[in-house]
Amino acid sequence: MTKIVNNRAWFFVLPVFATVAFSAILPLMTVVNYSVQDTFGNNQFFWNGIGWFQELLDPSSQLGEQFLSSLLRTLLFSFIILMIEIPLGIAVALAMPREGWTVALCLVLMALPLLIPWNVVGTIWQVFARGDIGLLGWIVNRLGIDYNYTGDALDAWITIIVMDVWHWTSLVALLCYAGLKSIPDAYYQAARIDGASRWAVFRTIQLPKMRRVLLIAVLLRFMDSFMIYTEPFVLTGGGPGNATTFLSIDLVKLALGQFDLGKAAAMSLVYNLIILAVCWVFYTVMTNVDAERERVEA
Amino acid sequence: MARITLDHLAHAYNADPRTAEDYALKEINHVWSQGGAYALLGPSGCGKTTLLNIISGLVRPTRGRVRFDDVDVTDLATEARNIAQVFQFPVVYDTMTVRENLAFPLKNRHVPRDRTAQRVEEIARLLDLTRVLDRKASNLTADMKQKISLGRGLVRPDVAAILFDEPLTVIDPHLKWQLRSTLKEIHRALDITMIYVTHDQTEALTFADKVVVMHDGAVVQTGTPDELFERPAHTFVGHFIGSPGMNILPCRVEGAMAIVGTTMIPLHRAYRTLSGGERIELGIRPEFALLQPKGAGLPVQIRRIDDIGRARIARVEMSGRPLAASVPNDISIEGNEASLVLDPNHVHIYANGHLVAGEDNRGRSA
Amino acid sequence: MTLTLEGVSKRVGAATHIHDVHLTLEGGSLNVLLGATLSGKTSLMRLMAGLDTPTSGRALIDGEDVTGRPVQRRSVAMVYQQFINYPSLTVYENIASPLRVSGLPRNEIDMRVRDAAKLLKLEPYLDRKPLNLSGGQQQRTAIARALVKRADLVLLDEPLANLDYKLREELREELPRVFAASGAIFVYATTEPSEALLLGGNTATLFEGRVTQFGPTPQIYRHPRDLITARVFSDPPLNTLKVTKANGSATMSTGGLIPATGALSAVPDGEYTVGFRAHHLTLDPAGADEIAIPSVVSIAEITGSESYVHLDASEHRLVALVPGVRRLEPKSRVTAYLDPRHLFLFDVDGRLAAAGPASKAA
Repeated sequence: MTKIVNNRAWFFVLPVFATVAFSAILPLMTVVNYSVQDTFGNNQFFWNGIGWFQELLDPSSQLGEQFLSSLLRTLLFSFIILMIEIPLGIAVALAMPREGWTVALCLVLMALPLLIPWNVVGTIWQVFARGDIGLLGWIVNRLGIDYNYTGDALDAWITIIVMDVWHWTSLVALLCYAGLKSIPDAYYQAARIDGASRWAVFRTIQLPKMRRVLLIAVLLRFMDSFMIYTEPFVLTGGGPGNATTFLSIDLVKLALGQFDLGKAAAMSLVYNLIILAVCWVFYTVMTNVDAERERVEA
Repeated sequence: MARITLDHLAHAYNADPRTAEDYALKEINHVWSQGGAYALLGPSGCGKTTLLNIISGLVRPTRGRVRFDDVDVTDLATEARNIAQVFQFPVVYDTMTVRENLAFPLKNRHVPRDRTAQRVEEIARLLDLTRVLDRKASNLTADMKQKISLGRGLVRPDVAAILFDEPLTVIDPHLKWQLRSTLKEIHRALDITMIYVTHDQTEALTFADKVVVMHDGAVVQTGTPDELFERPAHTFVGHFIGSPGMNILPCRVEGAMAIVGTTMIPLHRAYRTLSGGERIELGIRPEFALLQPKGAGLPVQIRRIDDIGRARIARVEMSGRPLAASVPNDISIEGNEASLVLDPNHVHIYANGHLVAGEDNRGRSA
Repeated sequence: MTLTLEGVSKRVGAATHIHDVHLTLEGGSLNVLLGATLSGKTSLMRLMAGLDTPTSGRALIDGEDVTGRPVQRRSVAMVYQQFINYPSLTVYENIASPLRVSGLPRNEIDMRVRDAAKLLKLEPYLDRKPLNLSGGQQQRTAIARALVKRADLVLLDEPLANLDYKLREELREELPRVFAASGAIFVYATTEPSEALLLGGNTATLFEGRVTQFGPTPQIYRHPRDLITARVFSDPPLNTLKVTKANGSATMSTGGLIPATGALSAVPDGEYTVGFRAHHLTLDPAGADEIAIPSVVSIAEITGSESYVHLDASEHRLVALVPGVRRLEPKSRVTAYLDPRHLFLFDVDGRLAAAGPASKAA
């Protein structure tokens, strides 16, 4: 038996391979290389084996403690924004009109925050939330609430979370909206005939039909929030203290601030592995959902 | 349980209908009696789905009233009408088991739990769903899902009517037979008014006691399957019902004789009422036009003979007009020349598409 | 040209979609693939087209192995159940589109498009956009586009399934004429036995990814080789009864004894399944040798000219297609009569053991 042979196809794919090799594989190998060595500058390297990894994963060491606390901080952040953005996104999608000229208007408005570059979002909120010249900060302070995101850890967290919700809820909402649009009218009619309440329609029709897009939304939002860097860096720079130092910020501090290339390399590899593991879990869950859906029994 | 009355009902989708063409559904007056099995039959775009949606309350008619028994339901919402509907594509609640699906309408209406359980068991037995009651509904085949949709309607003891919107579209031919006879049996067992919308004549005729044939937004004939078959009131009914449909041939009528091209066809009835200005056509079903050897009847030329398994259908030409005819089992014909014997009782004359009654003249001529 | 499939199988993961198919399709022939949903019709068509590569086996065109050759390098056209046309192009441009790609001279394109439009009665609509046409006209456009390419192999996957009953009847009647005008191999998938009979040509019956029988359509209908083929090619469904033959007579599972004459006399003692079609079961005996089956009416469906009477005969569900209008009360007792000239006898493995004389004579 002969396989389909069309060599032209390989030729077209070649540039992609080259790009991937230069942009992903080579840097990754460099990182792996750094992670098992120590350097005192001057381009002199010494073999360190798994030393950096041991230190990193040992909470009693200074590096380990720092890593663990920023990991927990990042996880907490991801958890909070998922808990807010997913339900809020569903609610927004449900409230959006399903036909007429308002649909296009809604879609454009929803897409706007998504089109703003990350660092600009950080800058906007940095100004917007300032107590002296920022509209939000000024109003909140005027209402008699003591609010200062540069000095107070809780205020900094709230500001970053509100900013992320503002920036990304519309992505969740748009995905859910697409899921809702794919439900045939007959389902709603049948539910009305069956006397289902609004809540029952949501629970028995809309939510199950949105399950797939919701999984994608959760995955995307988790990945993205877990790797968040630009906005908090611009807004708070990781402070006050270490209050908003998420993993990515920690990593950059380590690599560029302290020039601890070995530690930073080990840390970025562990960071990478965590993300891959979570990806894998989501992928498995998602394919299981699909398989279950497609299995038709007599 | 209810009698459904359609009183001067008409519907237009645009806001300001002026001419008859603006109406998707032209004025209709109709009474569907309690417990009957009815079919709405017609091609796509004939208005049958509009009518169904008006009955179910999804569309509010432009004019006229809908009454269930003596209650005017024209302004009532779907959920307030006590009707159930089975759609073209099966609608089941994916996350629920079959049992939960069937219980859903009762749960929404706060029926006590033990009463619900008992009713679900009853309906499941009726629909032969007992052995899958605890399976997830999403994993079942299309015909099972349609039974569940039907079951969700039947489970409500107060349901006034069940509406079917081309429910067998996605069902394989073999299973269509089973599901159709299940529907009929349930209709007999439960005494519920059922209205079945379809473009498929076999489904309509086999399901319904009375078939309403629709064309261009209007009802062209209402009758039992045999009435529609034997005395189509309009050439459209003749063409639409039957496979192949009725042969419709332009003709002239002189006394008790119809003339198609150069062929003279004796009639059993006289048509004195024809003024001469109308378009006159003769209708004869292929079932009543038998192919015979040359010389036995009206001369025809055979174009083709189709073997459809249980019967043979001849495509012939009579005075240049194409015609379908039945080939009796014991007949074999050599060459192209043959003749046609028409059953005079089933030769109908149409003026501008409508059946003309004619007067029986057999007594006089005999 | 001739397309040959030699022992073609297709497995996807653990599932076998197509199992060891041998078929030879001749140029200028119409071949119907008849089978239920998921029986493998579409999978087989994809293999024929070269959209999929078989897991094992070979595909030959005029004796040349083309197994791995992709669809772009074969001469194939396809028509689908959904009406697939370019919505922004006129009917004319839709039909012309495959020719524009191949860079034919303008007058040649025009000639071919007009020929195809004439054949499919699309001439009045050439300047319209497909979405302004009826479903039947949209599908005619798709068929015209497939024909105009003059491909060697034209595949039609349930092309009439989305059309109204009457439109289906009309197109079904025209298609054999349209096909005959071309020299291509036509492959036509359908779930409906009546459609296969109306189209004629050859039929391959499919069941669970296997071709159970292939040959001229009326022959497959009248001489099924096994129970599965007979079931696939029967609408209404094939009636079956279990019988046990011993000592010169056969006992039906319905309790009745039937004399082991005709087809039954020729076979050895043992268990059999008797199969027969609905129109060979009547409620009025026509001859003395007919087999009586006591039954109970389940439901009678009247089509106007005929009645389908559903009967319960012990544990068997039978359908009789009888002429005229028969109003029978459910639960009433009747005797159904089976014409022994039209029965099929299948052994325990489902293979045809014997058939009534009418089946042999035809």
